[in-house]
Amino acid sequence: MTAYAIRRFLSLVPVLFGVSLLVFTFIHLIPGDPAVVMLGERATPESLEKLRKQLNLDKPLFFDVEAAIEERSIAALFESQYFSFVGRILRGNLGESIFTKVDVATELRARFPATFELSVGAMLIALLLAIPAGIMAAVRKDSWLDLSVMTAALVGISMPIFWLGLLLIYLFAVNLHWLPPSGRLDVGVDLNPVTGFYVIDGVLTGNLAATGNALKHLVLPALALGSIPTAVIARMMRGAMLEVMNQDYIRTARSKGLAERVVIWKHALRNAMLPVITVIGLMFGTLLTGAILTETIFNWPGIGKWLYDGIGARDYPIVQGGTLFIATVYVIINALVDLSYGFFDPRIQYR
Amino acid sequence: MATSEAYMRTPTQQAWRRFKRSSSGKAGLIIVGLFVLLAILSPFVMPYDATKDRNLRERLKPPSVEHVMGTDELGRDIFTRVIHGSRISLRVGVFAVGIAVIVGTILGLLAGYFGGRTDMLISWLVDIMLSFPSILLAIAIVAVIGPGISNAMIAVGIVQIPIYARLTRSVVLSLKEQDFVAAAEGLGAGRARIIFRHILPNGLSPLIVQATLSIATAILDAAGLGFLGLGAQPPQPEWGLMISKGFLYFTRAPWISLFPGVAIMVAVLGFNLLGDGLRDALDPRTSR
Repeated sequence: MTAYAIRRFLSLVPVLFGVSLLVFTFIHLIPGDPAVVMLGERATPESLEKLRKQLNLDKPLFFDVEAAIEERSIAALFESQYFSFVGRILRGNLGESIFTKVDVATELRARFPATFELSVGAMLIALLLAIPAGIMAAVRKDSWLDLSVMTAALVGISMPIFWLGLLLIYLFAVNLHWLPPSGRLDVGVDLNPVTGFYVIDGVLTGNLAATGNALKHLVLPALALGSIPTAVIARMMRGAMLEVMNQDYIRTARSKGLAERVVIWKHALRNAMLPVITVIGLMFGTLLTGAILTETIFNWPGIGKWLYDGIGARDYPIVQGGTLFIATVYVIINALVDLSYGFFDPRIQYR
Repeated sequence: MATSEAYMRTPTQQAWRRFKRSSSGKAGLIIVGLFVLLAILSPFVMPYDATKDRNLRERLKPPSVEHVMGTDELGRDIFTRVIHGSRISLRVGVFAVGIAVIVGTILGLLAGYFGGRTDMLISWLVDIMLSFPSILLAIAIVAVIGPGISNAMIAVGIVQIPIYARLTRSVVLSLKEQDFVAAAEGLGAGRARIIFRHILPNGLSPLIVQATLSIATAILDAAGLGFLGLGAQPPQPEWGLMISKGFLYFTRAPWISLFPGVAIMVAVLGFNLLGDGLRDALDPRTSR
């Protein structure tokens, strides 16, 4: 198990190397001098020069062969744009935003809790709806209940998430005034961020009014973002249940005279959960990294909206740092999901 | 009697029989058929012009007899624009998936058949692409090659390449050890002939199923890009773009965003249903 875990994480190294290459190349793929691209046409020569120095744009892209031969040192070979870029990142320096001058790593840390809170909310909604729905649909296969759950799931997958978000805002915020349409807190609600998770921060600081307010803001975006996981998990849950319910040990359990309730919830569910847990893990990775549309519509100050704004403003340090961060989180979560098989299913032998 | 009848049928006939028994497949086929028909016929049957018939006196009108879906902020008939949007979305879906299938399948065939370093290199590229959420990768590609409907199409297509590379690779790996491939090799068939005449046709079923489902995803992703202003540009009647324009008048005129969204949903639902039905028909072992 440990050996497998080590190997699984080592396998991330070439992938992350490729990701860094891609993110690095991104800025060079855009036509024009990167310094001009980053600072804009009206930048002063001094600021352009400063940025070129800072980004090592006067050095070769990948390998400084000339310097290596001249100085007869292998170290000089790596004094290139790419390797200084990687070196900077490994030291945790993601650069600073061109426009706001805020450190990218600091901004990431500040915004990640917002995205995480939204993802957890979406996943909770998805699990609460999808697992019971999927089980019920499987138990009453081909009934009207099954048909309506599966139809709803298919519609859920087919809806554009930004459109669902607009409908939710229109219905619950504009018309019914039940819930706020955007942001994380009402204007005027005071909250001292401790962890950055506003729902928890409110409890920690004894400010339950703020927790309630944060929860209200969370409902609509979490519903919109949770729609696809709900649909996918419900379909998966149903499929897995149907497969398990046909197996011999279920027949044995029934013939022992166990109540159907026990057979379903104790015997079948345990084994049906394995593929579902995989999907839940992968989905959570997608939620954490892919909430760009949802965050934009609900004006949610998370990573997705920040990254989208960064792309729109051509703020390349944000694009590079944010993309790199997202890809890293995503591949690590996928690796953890792989490793979790062994925990949930002891029959699996890692080699 | 029944078995001998089944014995006489070709695989295509058997698949068609299974497809006809799948209610989601039939529903999907009807929706997709109507969608395609609409896309083909839209230039001929419409009472208004989708982009030019502006009428500021008629702006932001709710649905009525003259304008069944209402009018937008420039007084254009939304029903006409939604119908014309079907052409754009169908084209985006088909072309994007075309790019993904062609490039992805070739990469998967190479990786699966040759193995070794070729496989390592291609799998590495696939893993890198899969480390990004698809919408982010599409946004980044459009940021490099510029916004617009054609570029959005390319971006959405590129994003889906890894799916086909992986799928084809796994199909090739399972097929290449089979006897009929060994027999073809023994008879002296060349590599290209083995790959394209023997392996690819036998692995076609999962590819067809996946391509149908991919059109659904491509339509959704392209609409997302349009919504973000990175896909189709005004005044094109693209559904995602229409929703984002309607967003500005949302409290006063929700119908501007409502109907294009319904159109996206129905089109995507159609391809998803059709994909499920095709899986029942072509791949009976994996269907539930």
